[in-house]
This record gives sequence, structure tokens and C-alpha cells, in this order.
Amino acid sequence: MSAIPQTRLQVMWNRLLAVVEEQGQALIRAAFSPIVRESGDISAGIFDLRGRMLAQAVTGTPGHINTMAEAVKHLLDRFSIQNMQPGDIYMTNDPWLASGHLNDFLLMQPVFHKNRVVGFTSCTSHLADLGGKGMGPEGSDIFDEGLLIPPCKLVDRGEIHEFLMEVVKANSREPIANEGDIYALIACCETGATRLAGMMEEFGLDDLDPLADYIIETSYKGTLDAIAEVPKGVYHSTLNVDGYEHPITLCATLTVADDHITLDFDGTSRCSDKGINVPLNYATAYSVFALRCIIGPDIPNNAGSLELFRVTGPKGCILNAQRPVPVAMRHSLGQMTPDLAYGCLSQALPDMVPAEGASCLYDLPLRHTPEAARDGGTTFALELVYNGGTGARPSSDGLSATAFPSGVWGSQIETTEAVAPVLITRRELREDSGGAGKYRGGLGQHIEMESATDEDFLVFLSVERVLFPAAGRHGGEAGAKGRIRVGHDGSDLPSKGEIRVPAGTPLVVATPGGGGFGPVLERSQRDVTRDLKSGIISEKAALGTYGYRGAGDDK
Amino acid sequence: MTDFSGLRVAVDIGGTFTDTVLVNDDGTVLATTKTPTTPENPTNGALEGVEHVLQVSDADWSGISGFIHGTTLATNALIERQGAKVAAITTEGFRDILEIGYERRYSQYDINLQKPDLIVPRELCFTIGGRMDVHGHQRADLDEAALPALVSALQRSGAGAVAICLMHSYANPSHELRLRDSLQKALPELSISLSHEVSPEAREFDRLCTTIANAYIQPLMARYLSEFQERFSAVGLTCPILMMTAGGGMTTVETAAALPIRLVESGPAGGAILAAHIAQRAQAGSVLSFDMGGTTAKLCLIDNYQPQSARKFEIARAERFIKGSGMPVRIPVLEMIEIGAGGGSIASVDRLGRVQVGPLSAGSEPGPAAFDKGGTEPTVTDADVLQGLIEPASFAEGRLTIKPDLASIAVGQAVGGPLSLSAVEAAAGISEIVDENMAGAGRMHAVESGKDLGARTMIAFGGNGPLHATRVARRAGVRRILIPRDPGVGSAVGFLFAPVSFEIVRSRYARLDSLDVSDISRFFDTMTEEAEAVVRAGAPVGELNYTRTAFMRYHGQGHEIEITLPDRSLEAGDIETLRLAFEAEYSRQFSRSVPGMEIEILNWSVQVASRTSEADAIAKTTAQGSAKPDRSHDILCEVSGERRKASIYDRGNLGPGQYIEGPALIVEPQTTTYVSADFTAAIDGDGNIILERLEGQS
Repeated sequence: MSAIPQTRLQVMWNRLLAVVEEQGQALIRAAFSPIVRESGDISAGIFDLRGRMLAQAVTGTPGHINTMAEAVKHLLDRFSIQNMQPGDIYMTNDPWLASGHLNDFLLMQPVFHKNRVVGFTSCTSHLADLGGKGMGPEGSDIFDEGLLIPPCKLVDRGEIHEFLMEVVKANSREPIANEGDIYALIACCETGATRLAGMMEEFGLDDLDPLADYIIETSYKGTLDAIAEVPKGVYHSTLNVDGYEHPITLCATLTVADDHITLDFDGTSRCSDKGINVPLNYATAYSVFALRCIIGPDIPNNAGSLELFRVTGPKGCILNAQRPVPVAMRHSLGQMTPDLAYGCLSQALPDMVPAEGASCLYDLPLRHTPEAARDGGTTFALELVYNGGTGARPSSDGLSATAFPSGVWGSQIETTEAVAPVLITRRELREDSGGAGKYRGGLGQHIEMESATDEDFLVFLSVERVLFPAAGRHGGEAGAKGRIRVGHDGSDLPSKGEIRVPAGTPLVVATPGGGGFGPVLERSQRDVTRDLKSGIISEKAALGTYGYRGAGDDK
Repeated sequence: MTDFSGLRVAVDIGGTFTDTVLVNDDGTVLATTKTPTTPENPTNGALEGVEHVLQVSDADWSGISGFIHGTTLATNALIERQGAKVAAITTEGFRDILEIGYERRYSQYDINLQKPDLIVPRELCFTIGGRMDVHGHQRADLDEAALPALVSALQRSGAGAVAICLMHSYANPSHELRLRDSLQKALPELSISLSHEVSPEAREFDRLCTTIANAYIQPLMARYLSEFQERFSAVGLTCPILMMTAGGGMTTVETAAALPIRLVESGPAGGAILAAHIAQRAQAGSVLSFDMGGTTAKLCLIDNYQPQSARKFEIARAERFIKGSGMPVRIPVLEMIEIGAGGGSIASVDRLGRVQVGPLSAGSEPGPAAFDKGGTEPTVTDADVLQGLIEPASFAEGRLTIKPDLASIAVGQAVGGPLSLSAVEAAAGISEIVDENMAGAGRMHAVESGKDLGARTMIAFGGNGPLHATRVARRAGVRRILIPRDPGVGSAVGFLFAPVSFEIVRSRYARLDSLDVSDISRFFDTMTEEAEAVVRAGAPVGELNYTRTAFMRYHGQGHEIEITLPDRSLEAGDIETLRLAFEAEYSRQFSRSVPGMEIEILNWSVQVASRTSEADAIAKTTAQGSAKPDRSHDILCEVSGERRKASIYDRGNLGPGQYIEGPALIVEPQTTTYVSADFTAAIDGDGNIILERLEGQS
């Protein structure tokens, strides 16, 4: 037992968690990139001298879980602590070090207390544009995708590296927003450093060691206990996904041992020629998030709780993409890895794991046409985010039109129409799109939009589940597949690629439904009646799929 | 009977008690009373309270020239789901605004979470053709041919109230108005709420939710208010009744009956108004109000004697203290954060061996273990008892017997045992955790508002505020605390300092560079006229204050910053002034501005308020030396971690200018002020206790 009372250690732990949340808020409020403010697509954390993560903000997307932890270790290998000065800040956007694609910038600042380094604060945020082919799967290697900045010193004793900033701006279509976002990251690091030093002063700490040991040991033990409740074994699963040029097979083997869990992607398809490949750090983030939703969700993310989850994959498979393959849209498949991991885990814990869901975001990056820019037409760029249904849960229906695993916020029609020349004419739940089952999958949605002017616009698609629906679990049925058309009579389009939407013609998008859980005939007639009455299911589905016996039979 | 005139009375009907305050024309409190709330008919309790204060003051109904009423009835109806059956009508193609919302889970790791119940089920969501665009131009006319079918569907549904929320109605309400006229004609009994009247802001989900909440309580509140008014005039009240709103102002009964959603959360607003008034008398320009009761603690930032305002809050959260788990309501409100931390909050140890406090509360029944009313779980109050911070003999004027041994058993078993700590050590841990929770929530709230806590004066009240103030302040970096007189009563007194006011926030999207100032001026004129009419109904004479605000942001950002506009029509030259004002405020909040980035404006607001007199500063006192303790008591000092003797003072015996060194306890009937070892206490000219942290304490 250390000299510091346990409840005092706990108070300090709570304070660290508050500090990282504060860091996160500081970053989100000052951010320019829409995905950051709408989705909290950021990460903020505090590390000890050994590079162990002690606390991480719970933010909107799981894509950064532990990616930052590895990045900080890498930066510490590269830059010696002895040479660090107060006010130094280090930076990189290397996808294989930071967070899987060039848009994510990672900063790290040493924290000084009593004239020596005691720990680090770090944060990651999504920048709007890094040049190249931009956010889309069309690049054929990382060099096509824009500017890569290797680990470097961005701020030297409080002085920003002006030339570096000029380079970032000169290589972007959104130079002012990029500059604003980098300053937001700097402010986030500084907030964390100031608060951490202030806390050590308040609690009379000279170093973080006793606190770090307490946090890591407590979390490690708690996670170990949680893992002990999972039946030991080796579990396999396979998930077929749309891919770009051809369908892709994702494979996983989950090994539950006494003292850790491994997930291995052996058997997974090779990389694509397009930018949908996933560096392992990002695939790890999403699959570990999914596992931790079931195993020890109440234990905060830190080096102690995360070290018991190990993710591996053969080099060169699409979930362990190697340089220099393109990775800009790594989230399309990254967001499918929870369903892959759940395919394994549901064998071990059949009563705790939900069915497959739409999972991949239906984000619709809209842009003006090249000729609009050339001929003085309306220019705009807007990324709209929509979701399908989540998988049915072990004891309740899935959530309709709700983000999972990502935590993004959808947009509102009235604010969308204020900032871009589009008119949205429909956004409603998709009847019968939730997979049938004892518990029904969440519904997808119908979205229709057209140009609000007489000009065409472009859409850059990279979505999933157009070919392969969300499967049900334990006898539950699959949800409806996604569907994309231009015009109501247009032909069905593939899930990835560029679309031109002519003026006066609607873009028609139907997002996928979630899978059902358990046999449909076990669904209570009361739930069937309610779904029918509220138009969640059609009469045809009620009578056919659900064996509806008419109102009044409430069993 | 004394000849009183110019009396003013305030009645605050809470869940348990109805507080009534009577003041004379110079604001001196003549009488206060706490009577049990009468849920079956709350007017009964209110009548009883007012009759009581009149009687003890020897005054008469005819002497009352001002009557202010606040009630939790609207809030409770929403929480307890006792409102009308509501149907919603939205634009064709958008039946599922409610179901879809922001497409978001409020708790990232909770696979099994349930979304909040938003009152209107899908089968009561109807649509009608017709479409306005963002500029308020009609893209398609209202589909009147569909009206008969809609009317019969509404009839079949049995809905007693309807919320109408059509796309972009804040920019052009004509379709909502035509739809209302047609429905009212066909269904005269139907209560109708229009979104552009209830909450004229862009963001269809929030506006619809607000309109539904209004429609839900409208029939109930209209009935209640009309009966309340009739009963009071029947016994002789001649002046108009004014209702307290969530925005911290008063409005007429007529406005309240049409927009009852504005009455929600008016009680806590009264507390913040009182704190702002005290702040002005104490000349404290930068304040954190801290109201800690039995179940929750509420914090509010008050700058320049104005409580911080917001345009949105949440009701009926599925997870009580989790943001995003409730129903959004977008109206002007005083912004307060509520934390599940009060005297009754229950402490436990989780499976990681971490002490957790709240949000579950033992409430007043069964209450803390030390109350010996059947409670066996350890609470924050039990922890305070074990540390000696509550003197058993003087608690609640001795009406309640405090049993420290019961507190010791409860804390020892549930917290001490699992952590191998003695009951007293565990009690200290419980306090540390709950105080850190409150300080942490306060810090976070300040960050989210672009503000800092450090330089603030804390004004602490509520039954547990004065007891925890020094401990929370230390953790929040606050060095100065003010404990007002009668800290257990608050909201009702606060009502008496509120102006008659009305605020309208309305969306109109504009880029600052291309702002059409004459168009915006006309837009403001209309809003001002509407707000003025509401205020004049309650304050027919006297000068009015006008505050115009623009909600601005850099293009592409999600967070808007409030910029106060000049109280006149805008001119072309103002655009540059506005840019500078925005950049200055942005720099203040984020350390730097972003030159070259386009600025956009989403919402505009006008607040019209009757002018209230400024509070005079408290008279200076001369130092009277140290106060003489009445007795002493053993406490566990959280600064040194050791047992110490604390002097005990009865607050009633303390006079202006007297001075006390910590550790000490200042006791009064409703609460105890704990002066920690690193604080000193002094009594100011108003009888407030001023606690100051000693220099040299970090």
C-alpha cells in the first residue's frame, strides 16, 4: 500500500479524467473541421514518463482508442526526453503512427513540473483537407492522398514552426481551417499540461508514479476479472463486405485466455487498390472498442485496461495495410470490424452480444462540380452524415437510424439547407428494413435530396452493406441492404465511387437496417401489434414474417 | 389592522413545500412561510401560505400590489407524464423527425441503452404537404386538399393537443398559421401549439420537441392558471398575477397559459436571481452560485450580476445526469448544471474498489442512516456527521435526533469494510469524492462556457451548500465564499427581484460580409414589437430595457458566440464593428482569432425587460474583533487529516464586523457553515458570512 490514501488516489484519478474531458472540450469547441464538432472525432489523453496512457477523454468516435498510446511511444523513441524544453510540442499525421489516415493530426507536449518532465499530454483531431485527392477512395497510394508529415517538432519553446505551418496551409484546399485546427490542437495540449501541473501542485505530487501505478493496476485487475467471466476458447468468424472493386472477406479468430484476449485477422483479404485499406492501429481501435462494450465497459481506457486486448493480423491484409497503400477511407471497413469481432464473441457470450448492424456510416460528402468552380457557379463542400439501424440487442430491439459503432451526430435539415445549396425532400424511417426476430433490428432511413439551384452536384460515396446485409443473430433475420440511386427510377449504384446528381433529379439513398436477434416467432404479439400500428412493419410483413394473429391477441 | 399598501408577495410551489414571502414597498421581508404543497390542488396550499403571511403581518389582500408565482407543476407534469395526449404534424417526407433525432447514442459504451421517450408515439405523427425553403420562400403550397383526411385522422387518434412543426416555419410561418386556422375551425376543442411561436429557431428536432412539450402541458396549465387566478381574485386579490419563467423574468398569466413551457424550471431560476441580487449588493462581479440540497447540487455562473443564460436544456432524461439522454427544449433559460450530489446521495464501492457517490439518493425518506428513519445506506450527510461537521444536538433546531453510531455502521459496512478503512476514514473519502464531483462539474461547465472558476466568489446556499462550500471551493480553485442569510429559503425571495421580461430568439441565417442591415433591422423591429407587447401586458408603465444579441460563429464551426448588438437599427458601418466584437470575444475564449475566416450568424434575439432598481452596495463594516465561540466540537480536519477542536458559533449571535478563524462551525436552524482550517470567516453589513481562503494556500 502506498503512502497516499486510496480514496485520495481515486480523487486524483477522477481529476485526471476531468482534465482529459476538459482538454477534449477545448479542442471540440475551437475546431473547424465539421466532423470534429459534429462527431467529436478527436482524442485527448495524459501519459506518464514511460509513455503509459493514464486517462483518455470519452469522445464521439472510438477510432482513436489506443492509437494515440502507440503514437506517443513512437514519438518518445524518436525524441529524447532530456532534450525536451517547456513549451515544446511534437506532431505527426503519419497514418501508421497517428490514426489511420492523413487527415488525423497528432500532437504531444511534455508536461513540466518543478523544472522537469513529469508526463505528456497528447491529442488527435481531424483536419479538413490535406491536398492530394482529398477525402475519397480514389487515390492509388498514400502519395496520391496528400501531405504526410513525419514526426517533427511543431512548437519549439513556445515558438511555432512557421515554415511547417506554411507547408500545411500551402498543401490544403482549406488552409485557414487547417491552421485553426492546428491551433485548436495546440490549445488542447496546453490546457492539459497546465491542468496536470496545477493538479500536481494542489495534491503535492512530485511525480506521477504512485498515481500511475494505482490507475493501471486497478484497471488491469478489473479488466482481468471481466475477462475471467468470458468462457475460455478460440472462436472464429467471417464477414463479407462490399469492398470497392470486388467483395472482401474479413476473418477473425478470437482467443480468450485466462489473462488476456487476442483478436487475429488471419484469412482476411489482401489490400484493395483503392483507399479503403485499414492500418492495424485503426482496425484495433474499433475492434477493441466493440469488445470493451461487453467486457468491462465501466473501466476507463488506459494502459492497464487496454493491454489485455491484443489485436494482430498478417501484414498486407486489408486490416493491416502496409505503406504505401492508400488509406483515406479507412473508416468504411474499420467500422465493420465490431461486427467481425462480435461474430466471435457471440459464440462465447450468446446472451450479451447484439446482432450485426448497418455499422458503416452513410456519410455523403457533397461538392460542387468542376465547371461550377470554373464558370463562377455556386461552390460548396459539405459532408452529411446519416446512419442505418443498429443490430437488435439480446433483450431489446435495435435502435433505428442511430450511429454504432461510431458516435457521430446526424445533421439537421434546416441547418444543412442554410449552409449548402441542397433541398432535402425526405428523411423517414424505412418500413420493414429492420431484420425480423424476437428482437427486431433498428430501421434504416430513406433520404432524398436535390440541388436547390439549377446546378448539378457531386457525391463521393464510400459506404457499405449495399451487397451484404447486416446478419441476424441466433435465428434472427437480416436487415435490409442499403440502396443508392439517382432519380426514383435510376438503377442501383455501387457503394463506392463518385456520383453526379443532375439538377432537378433527386439523390435517393436508403440506409441499411440492423439484423434481428432470436427467432421471429418468439416475438411478442404485443410488439408486433405496436410495430404494425406505428408503421414500423407493413401488414404484409406482419402477416407473413411475423405470423401476426390480429389485434387483441396480446401474448 | 395596519394600513399597508404596496405589498408584494411571492409564492413558489415546489414538489414538497410551498414557500411564501411577503415584502413591503421598500423590499423588507415582513413574513415568510413554508406550507406543505397540496398536490391534488396546489392552489389550496398557495392560498393557505398567502393567508398566513398576511395574517402574521396584520395586512390585508387589498394592500397587495404585486403577486409573483412560480410553480413546478409544469416540470412535474412533464417528468411524471401527466399531460395531454399529443399528436404532431410535420412537413410531408419528415414524419420521423422525432424517431431520428440526432442519430446518436448518449452513452458510448452502453450497448443496451434506451432512447428517451419523446411523448408522441409514431402512430400520432402525421404529415402534410407544402414546403418552405431556408429563406422562407414557398417551394410548394400547403396541401389543403389533404386537410379533411388529416382532421379525421386527428379525431380518430383521440389527441387533445397537437404540435405543429413545419419545415423552416421560423423563416415563414404562413403554412403553420393556415393549418392552425383550418384545424381550429374543424376541431374547436383541440389545443394547438405552433413551433414558430413556441421556439422560432432552426433545427427541426429541437423545435418539434419544444413544441410537443408545450402542447403536452398546455391544457393542464391553462386550466390551472385560470383557476388560480379566479380563486385569488375571489378572496380579494386585485392586482394581476405574474408568473416566473425559466429565463429569470416574469410574464403574464395569459402568456404563461399560451407558452407554458416557459414556466419549466422557474424555481431554480429564482435561486439564481437571488444570488445575482446578493452579488450586486456585495459588489461581486464574477460569481459561482452553489445550491446544494438533499438530492442534487445546482451551479450557475453569474457575471456582472447577470446569471448565465442559455437557449436550450433537457427534460426527462433517461439517465438523469447524462447529457443527451433527455428531450431537448429550446427556450431562453438561466443556465444551470445539476449534479446528482446532495446530503442524501448514497455512497458505495464499485467492483474496481472505487468509491461512488450518487446519483441515487436516500432523499428525505428514508433519509441518511443517522436520521434513524429506516435508512441503512451511507450518505453524504452520514459522512459529514462522522467527521464531526454536523453538531447532533443543534441539527434542525433539535427537531431531528442525529445518531452518529448509525452513520458509523452504515459507512463502515458499505465503504469502510471493502476498502479496509475505518468508518471515519471512509467518511473522509466519501466527502472527498462528492466534493471533487461537484468541483469537477463546475470546472467543466466553466470550460464549456469559455470561462474560468478561479477568480469567482462562490455564493453558497441550500441545506448543504454552506456545509460543503469550503471543500468544493478549494478543489475548484475558488478563494472567496459568501453565505447569505436564511440560506435554506431562496427561490421565492429571488422572484421578488425579477423583472417583467420576455425574450425571443429567432433564426435567420446570414453571412456577416453580405449582411443586409436594413432587412435585419426590419426583422428586429418585428421581434421587438412582439416582445414589447408581452412585457407591456405585465408592466404597463415604466421604462424598459432592450437587449439585442447576435449568435455568431466562424463558417464551419459548431459553437456560436453571443455578441451584444447596439440598441438601435443596424447600419452598414456596424458590420466592421461586429466583426471586431466577434474576434475580440473569440480571442478571449480561444486565445486567438482566425483572420480571413468567414463569419456567419444563425440566430438573433431580443430581450425586453422592465427596469429593476439596482441594489445598493452593502454598507462597510468596521472590524469588531474575533467572535466568541459558544462551544466546541471534535472534527476531522480535511486540511491536516487530523482530529481537531472546532469552535462552534450560533449564527444568530454573530454581528457585522466579527471575525472567526477556521476550523469552526457556524450553526443556524436550516444549515451549518463549515469554516475549514484554511479559511477565515467574517460577518458583513448584511449579515452575510464571508469566507476567505488564507494566503499561501495553493
